[in-house]
Amino acid sequence: MWNWDYTLLILPQILEALKLTVSATFVAFAVALVVGLILTLARRSDFKPLSLFASGFIEFVRSTPLLVQLYFIFYVLPEHGLSLSPFIAGVIGLGLHYSTYLSEVYRGGIESIPPGQWEAAKALNFTPLETWRKIILPQSIPPIIPVLGNYLITMFKETPVLSAITLVEIMQTAKMLGSHSFRYLEAFTIVGVLFLVLSYSSSLMVRRLEVRLNLR
Amino acid sequence: MWFDILPSFWEGTKITIQLTLFSAVIAFFLAFLAGFGRLSKIKAVRFLAATYVEIFRGTSLFVQLFWIYFALPLFGIMLPKMLAGVLALSLNAGAYGSEIVRSTIISVPKGQTEAAIALNMTPWQRTWLVILPQALVMMLPAFGNLIIEMLKGTALVSLVTLADLTFVATVLNSSIMRPTEIFSVLLVIYFVISLPFTKGIRWIEHRLSAGRY
Repeated sequence: MWNWDYTLLILPQILEALKLTVSATFVAFAVALVVGLILTLARRSDFKPLSLFASGFIEFVRSTPLLVQLYFIFYVLPEHGLSLSPFIAGVIGLGLHYSTYLSEVYRGGIESIPPGQWEAAKALNFTPLETWRKIILPQSIPPIIPVLGNYLITMFKETPVLSAITLVEIMQTAKMLGSHSFRYLEAFTIVGVLFLVLSYSSSLMVRRLEVRLNLR
Repeated sequence: MWFDILPSFWEGTKITIQLTLFSAVIAFFLAFLAGFGRLSKIKAVRFLAATYVEIFRGTSLFVQLFWIYFALPLFGIMLPKMLAGVLALSLNAGAYGSEIVRSTIISVPKGQTEAAIALNMTPWQRTWLVILPQALVMMLPAFGNLIIEMLKGTALVSLVTLADLTFVATVLNSSIMRPTEIFSVLLVIYFVISLPFTKGIRWIEHRLSAGRY
């Protein structure tokens, strides 16, 4: 049933495609980190329309499937004159989707700052920008790093969805190899094992990081 | 145009809701089984439950669905699309759900267990009458979120050609080529289906936090 010769034959091609999966993950994560922070700040804004828009956007994006959002970016935007490559559309879609999750994480980090810190910054005559840059963010980012790490792993596991908009990452490679030989077992199992090994080992790393941060 | 589109969207919506509900019921059951399994006194049970959870959390729903649908037939197991979809969704969500069950059960204060022991309750009574009722309430918001994740996950079954909402939309799009309208409506339908759950979670969270501060 399981053919080792065939497995060894296709393994290099799948490993080659892993590079694209990993780079898509990191680029999308960078998008999510930046957009997530912007969303958090927008939601805290005193300007009501902006904060309403931000919370509406977060709720809408969080309640609709990533796959459909990707279709939207990949098939609707070209209608309005904005054609994106599968990679760009994919990282924007994945990044935007998870930015809404990360904005919740940031919010948790920011809300855990004692009010005394805000008051002290005010008393010392810090501008709002200085308060954020020098007082609030430096204290709220470190405790949320493990949570961010877990989201990075989640996003990594979510990348196969990008194959639906024709990005040739590992899942798409496996699908193409499978349809050539009519043998899906080996290709899909390799992909599964790769995901399991990589995400499990990184989650152990995150757990160790968490312990170290708690010790400080 | 809308007269042609809406009935087929309705058919897809029914499949999507069915998939979500069936999978949610099985996932709930699996979550309790695996969640309690991980807290078991028997090492083999703990190991088995942990293996299930790590495998289904460590690979993605996408890979699991494709594996069940395309790779299992090589072992002679051919599942109909709907069954493959429900199986993948519920096994995946069951693994995530087990973490909810496990973490809420250990978060019930130790004094509750000790008090139950002091009152001479059997382990069975302890679990069913003291621990579970308290843990269940804490689990509700997290399970609500899990159902929304499952609803979103159902869109993936369109890729194995099960005629859910997303599949209907892509087929329509390839025939009438109106992506802007079709995909916008599609997003809104998903949002509307999720609304009762988001509102429900918020209501429960609100009730739970009432009187605590």
